[in-house]
Amino acid sequence: MSSSWLDRNFKWVTTLPAVLFVIVMMAFPILYTVRLSLYDWGLSALVPPRWVGLQNYTDLLTSARFWNAVMNTFYFSTLALAFQLILGVAIALLLHRKNTRIAKTIFLMPMVATPVAMGLVWVLLFQPTNGVLNQILVSIGLKPLAWLGSVHTVIPSLVIVDVWEWTPMITLIVLAGLSTLPQEPFESAVVDGASSWQKLWYITLPMLRPTILVAVMLRLIDVLKTFDIIYATTQGGPGTSSETLNILGYVLAFQYYKFGSASALLVVFFTIVLGFTLLMIGLRKKLGRSA
Amino acid sequence: MKIKTVKNLSLSLATTAVILIFVFPILWMVFSSFKSQVDIQSARLFSFHPTVQNYVRVFAEYNFLKYIVNSFIVAVGSTLAALALGLPAAYSIARFRMNGLGLTILVARIIPGITFLIPWFVIFNELRLVDTYVALILSHMLVGLPYIIWIMIPFFESLSEEIEEAGFIDGCTRLEVFLAIVLPISLPGIITSSIMSIIFSWNNFLFSLILAGERTKTLPIAVFSFISYSEINWGGLMAAATIITLPIVIIALLGQKYIVDGMAAGAVKG
Repeated sequence: MSSSWLDRNFKWVTTLPAVLFVIVMMAFPILYTVRLSLYDWGLSALVPPRWVGLQNYTDLLTSARFWNAVMNTFYFSTLALAFQLILGVAIALLLHRKNTRIAKTIFLMPMVATPVAMGLVWVLLFQPTNGVLNQILVSIGLKPLAWLGSVHTVIPSLVIVDVWEWTPMITLIVLAGLSTLPQEPFESAVVDGASSWQKLWYITLPMLRPTILVAVMLRLIDVLKTFDIIYATTQGGPGTSSETLNILGYVLAFQYYKFGSASALLVVFFTIVLGFTLLMIGLRKKLGRSA
Repeated sequence: MKIKTVKNLSLSLATTAVILIFVFPILWMVFSSFKSQVDIQSARLFSFHPTVQNYVRVFAEYNFLKYIVNSFIVAVGSTLAALALGLPAAYSIARFRMNGLGLTILVARIIPGITFLIPWFVIFNELRLVDTYVALILSHMLVGLPYIIWIMIPFFESLSEEIEEAGFIDGCTRLEVFLAIVLPISLPGIITSSIMSIIFSWNNFLFSLILAGERTKTLPIAVFSFISYSEINWGGLMAAATIITLPIVIIALLGQKYIVDGMAAGAVKG
């Protein structure tokens, strides 16, 4: 009797714990954050949250620091994504040959190594006076750079770290896509006398388009949210020159304890990431099918 | 013939160069972990007296054994809990085509993790759960659970229903079929998703930064605290970074196939 009850309600019994987790740990916190964004509160038990309506949002949209963070987020994300895409596809084409198993294994490492630890290793590599990178620059007759220490080079330097860490992901996804491509178009191209470049440009890349779009979408979602390598290396500095939305949200909430303004910023940030994701899903539907 | 050899050779050279560049920071980390502070500060990059003093200090002075244990408890705990919740849910979503539910859980992948942190911090503070394993495990599950469900749905979908039918004919209940037939043949998918969940938890910085305290501090937080000293102990920091990275690199070497599957999950299907 009890086992037949379980059989009849199996799908509800099995999904209920996961659904409860989603409600308690995700849905409720999102609603709480949205609600808190309409209040002024500093995590004090003595001073209760004060209703301020949309004040947090208007303050945010008129603050220079917020727009600086928006610009930094897009500057960092665009630059990182562009390099990861070009390098990732190029390296996938390079590795897409036999006997590169070891190469692929080694290539996994930047992606799985702990980002905070690797961020700090890059701080050592970027050291202005005795860091390896500057010593290489000097030895080939170039001027040393300030890297993370200057407002002009800090974001490009962080882009280098992110490109190092995440190019392998694009490469792995494209490699998986390459291994599923049909052989016939290549064979007929050889019969027609196409060069290697022509085959690459007119056959391989167009056929890879759906795969590349998925890889870009997954990376875009994550690159906008980059936190670990920035916080571990610069914490948004020098000044606020590498402060992205994610870092500013963290600083407002957990260094200034301005929970209301931080919540408003996070609602805006979350909307931006969601908007880009929907845009990419739409783009994928439009471009992805007809390869 | 000759042109082909030259082409092959230059491609091999290019491959080697790319691999060297990408592995360099990791090699440099291990290399520097055997240098003294003086040798790291000096301009000579390769001549130094190798020492294991950094490792000795990391364990003796910085108490790293405790952080390793903390990280291990949270990674294994959150992965086991996420499997217990995720496997049955993913199976039902796949079998009964509950696609809406699958999509909802994926939203966790999109929303910035920091959005959840303020409410969690307030609530865990209220319940006196800050600086406990419970808070860390629950928060780390937020990353692990969606990944497990995401990887396991297509896996369960690809299983033939005929095997399950045979179980029903033999008089098994749904639960018995799931436990005795479905789960054992799903082992590759379970391994892939568990490895991903463990790596995410082991590497997690943001959630632990807020929710861990002195008692439950995990490795990423311990490594990060090295730079709060006025003079950075670079040798110690590199030894600490090597200790935290090593288990992950070993998992990556052993489970390469599974990780590639996990990283590309859902990507190739589309």
